[in-house]
Amino acid sequence: MVENKKYVNKYNFAFIDEATKKEIRRKLLKAVAIPGYQVPYSSPEMPISRGWGTGGLHVTLAVIGKADVFKIIDQGSDASVNACNLREFVHMMTNCKTTYDTTEATLIQTRHRIVEEELNENQIYIYQVPQPEPLRSVERYENKTRQMHGEADYAKMWVSLYESFVRHGDIMFGAGYPVKVNDRYVMAPSPIPKWDIPNINDSKALHLFGAGREKRLYAVPPYTKVEPLEFEDVKFHPEDFSSYECFKTGYNKAYLDELYFDDGSKHYVINDSNFLDKMVGHAPLNQHSNKYLDKLKHEQE
Amino acid sequence: MSRNDDNWLLRVRNLTKIYGEPNDKTLSLTGPLFNSNICPETDSIVACAEIDFDLYPGEVLGIVGESGSGKSTVVKLLYFDMEKTLGGAWLRPYTNGLSNILEESNQKKRFIRNNLMGMVYQNPRDGLNFRFSSGGNIAEKLIMAGQMHVGDIRARASDLLNKTEVPVQRMDDRPSSFSGGMQQRVQISKAIANNPPLLFLDEVTTGLDVSVQARVLDLIRELQQDLGIAMIVVSHDLSVIRMLTDRTLVMKDGRIVESGLTDQILQDPQHAYSQLLVSSLL
Repeated sequence: MVENKKYVNKYNFAFIDEATKKEIRRKLLKAVAIPGYQVPYSSPEMPISRGWGTGGLHVTLAVIGKADVFKIIDQGSDASVNACNLREFVHMMTNCKTTYDTTEATLIQTRHRIVEEELNENQIYIYQVPQPEPLRSVERYENKTRQMHGEADYAKMWVSLYESFVRHGDIMFGAGYPVKVNDRYVMAPSPIPKWDIPNINDSKALHLFGAGREKRLYAVPPYTKVEPLEFEDVKFHPEDFSSYECFKTGYNKAYLDELYFDDGSKHYVINDSNFLDKMVGHAPLNQHSNKYLDKLKHEQE
Repeated sequence: MSRNDDNWLLRVRNLTKIYGEPNDKTLSLTGPLFNSNICPETDSIVACAEIDFDLYPGEVLGIVGESGSGKSTVVKLLYFDMEKTLGGAWLRPYTNGLSNILEESNQKKRFIRNNLMGMVYQNPRDGLNFRFSSGGNIAEKLIMAGQMHVGDIRARASDLLNKTEVPVQRMDDRPSSFSGGMQQRVQISKAIANNPPLLFLDEVTTGLDVSVQARVLDLIRELQQDLGIAMIVVSHDLSVIRMLTDRTLVMKDGRIVESGLTDQILQDPQHAYSQLLVSSLL
């Protein structure tokens, strides 16, 4: 291989070249201007293959600046393989400070969770999205779904919720519960659990979504209304952890993971690793507040 | 009911659908006179042309003709399943009949379709979504008209299934597990879910066996009498036309060749093609 000796740095800052970054930023601006609308973008080649978090990575690398503090989680954990590798990569390409601390970070990339601590106005929250099209389960053709979005024709989505209720007695979306953004577009919130859905509503942070394989970007600007789809008499509800508790902290008002110990016994533990660490270390915590969680806390008192 | 020029429900003028690229002479070189709907100069196909009629509230209008005569095209154009080439249609309950519904935006067309019209297709697969339960199919129509209460939706759906004699216990089963006649009745329930003033029936009994045909026709007649829905019935079967309709249009090669009271047309057909149709009635 011919060694590149012409430049001091082998790569451009944040890996992607400036022209492509500009393209992604422009598409992000469009996405922010039309909350919930899926904007097609180039999805350039990355050192990992498409569908392995490239969408989130594109967004991160396009918006990151030298002063940013970067945090990345995978299913709530700072320590899982996907998070560690991408953190290392972003650090190598930008030399930005990285952190586990949710409150310290200015840029948080995530796979399938929203952190338990409340986000603030200086933070950008970036999702890796496998399937950006919420209507894909009811309509397989892209030209049709785009037309349905264009005309706000979501009847099929609603019927699938109705069908789910009729068949199973509840609306069975474990993860990626469809939401309506700003009273207009139905959006796939990426496969975050129902527990996290209310935390996007009226959030102080900017939420950006990148689907690398499907080549789509979309966004929820700060202080935007995001509502889960629900009927007048069949309501959305988050996961119920009232009969479990975290085996380390005894807390049960956070999203819990199920764990099996070597002796076969079943335990639960807080999924958000930084939240768990802070709670164990008795550090100050500022958890999200939403109507479901508030009600839960109120009932406890 | 009094019929004058002013109380029409649906007015159709010069409705035309041409496939391909027609020229100035296309319309004058096709039609029953030429025994063809293919333009000899451009090879464009005139599915239907210069269709004019008025439909009055509560009236049942039949469209009869051989296959390929353009009768289904007319109702599909009016139900927005296809885009018209020329012409217009005006519907009294929508903006008091002032705007041409065929030139509205897709969103408004969807509103008209969901609130003011119903359609029963020959093949239940065209009108029903076989991946949803029969209740879900009816719910789709109700949801599209803004009904968002599951309890109310289910009450209305079971009401409709009762009316169309589909066992309510089977509301949550998929139509694919139903017999042809039952599928057709579910389709009818869906079509009348929002009490539309206008219903299109496109060859509804074709493909059903005779006893089931009779029950479906009975049902349609009952609904018509109970609810007073205006209907356009498309059929190649003159006995269906005789049983259901007040007035009939006879179509051939995309044109209306004769129109009048159904009894009159069956007793005393004027056009040669109508005579042929009536004489070939078994």
